[in-house]
Amino acid sequence: MRLALRRIRLPLAGFELALDAELADDATALFGPSGAGKTALLDLVAGLRRAPSARIALDGRVLTDTAAGVELPARHRRIGYVPQDGALFPHLSVRRNVLYGHRPQDGGPGAATLEHVAAVLELGPLLDRGVGDLSGGERQRVALARALLSSPRLLLLDEPLAALDRPLKARILPYLKAVRGEFGVPMLYVTHDPEEVLALCDEVLVLERGKLVARGAPREILA
Amino acid sequence: MSAEEWRVVAFTVRIAALATLLILPPGLALAWLLARRTWPGKSLVETAVALPLVVPPVATGLVLLELFGRRGPLGGFLHERLGLDVVFTWRAVALAMAVMSFPLLVRSARTAFEGVPRRLEQIARTLGAAGPRVFFTVTLPLAARGVVGGTLLAFARALGEFGATILVAGNIPGRTSTLSLSIYQQVQLGRDAHAFRLLAVSVAVAFAAVWTGEWLLRRRPQGT
Repeated sequence: MRLALRRIRLPLAGFELALDAELADDATALFGPSGAGKTALLDLVAGLRRAPSARIALDGRVLTDTAAGVELPARHRRIGYVPQDGALFPHLSVRRNVLYGHRPQDGGPGAATLEHVAAVLELGPLLDRGVGDLSGGERQRVALARALLSSPRLLLLDEPLAALDRPLKARILPYLKAVRGEFGVPMLYVTHDPEEVLALCDEVLVLERGKLVARGAPREILA
Repeated sequence: MSAEEWRVVAFTVRIAALATLLILPPGLALAWLLARRTWPGKSLVETAVALPLVVPPVATGLVLLELFGRRGPLGGFLHERLGLDVVFTWRAVALAMAVMSFPLLVRSARTAFEGVPRRLEQIARTLGAAGPRVFFTVTLPLAARGVVGGTLLAFARALGEFGATILVAGNIPGRTSTLSLSIYQQVQLGRDAHAFRLLAVSVAVAFAAVWTGEWLLRRRPQGT
């Protein structure tokens, strides 16, 4: 994966998100305290928010270029987004949630299938339930499955484990590792937990109040 | 109840239902635009839509009479181009009901749309859904309670419409006579028993409409 985040300028409450970086690893962490601008950056990449200045390209394909007036709509970006609370559709069953963005016809030979994703994330018994009575960990697995089944070129994960207690985190983390191994979808992983970075990511970018203050291998940066 | 009275009831329910159906597409579209978009002139449109709620209904009726009379700008056009007469026909009844109910539908639907978390609509877009699909599969189902409530409120308002109707449609027995107009007429004629029978029917119809709405919503539990 090559994700270019060039000339990013986005005013936020009390500070400005300002970034110029190129990411090349398959699992990159955006690490930093709450309110550092991490979610805003994910929203820019997903096309859910506009910045006065930004040039974002994924594997050479330009998604946003404010200077050239390019803004690819979110629905054409093929970027899977797993927001913090899962944002499951409350009126749909688990099955209809995970199949919402499924594109079996244009996913290609390596595309994720419902059977495969359900097996890796152990969703089989949940598929015909409503989402209202799922536990926090189950909700995150469903949100992850939904994003994976849309055949994304990049997965954005916004603190997927933040709302879970420690034992539950320990149980969900292996699922995330399995997703990396099984589906090979590159991920941009937002967190403020060093443990998750060390377990999952090849590189870490440390953000503080909208600025990149450090980047490198997780073991060196977070030691 | 006499055959004539039943005819009035059937006519009123039918035209109120028609008026409600007619305002649904533009009402929901406008409610969505007010809830989800910013555009120039938005506050003007917002105010204009609310006007029938606060202007005396008779005044609204007068405006409609001027617009849709044969010499009015819209009435003249309809008469010459399409051969359609509006004023003092059932169409005028439907028009008056539609205009008076429109703000109630738009307000309820707008509040309902605003209550749908934007995050869910955004996630639907990242999953490849275009605008109409997001609306029909996420926004509308999640706003269903408020939309159905607003539709019923609009229907109930249409059933009871009086002031605008009497100006623009008159009270022509067998042609434009609605429940409200008939009740008024019976009271004027001192036929209180007739008026009370029609009153009882009005209450029964309104009750049935609201109860049906509640029942429909209970049948669609969340989360399935």
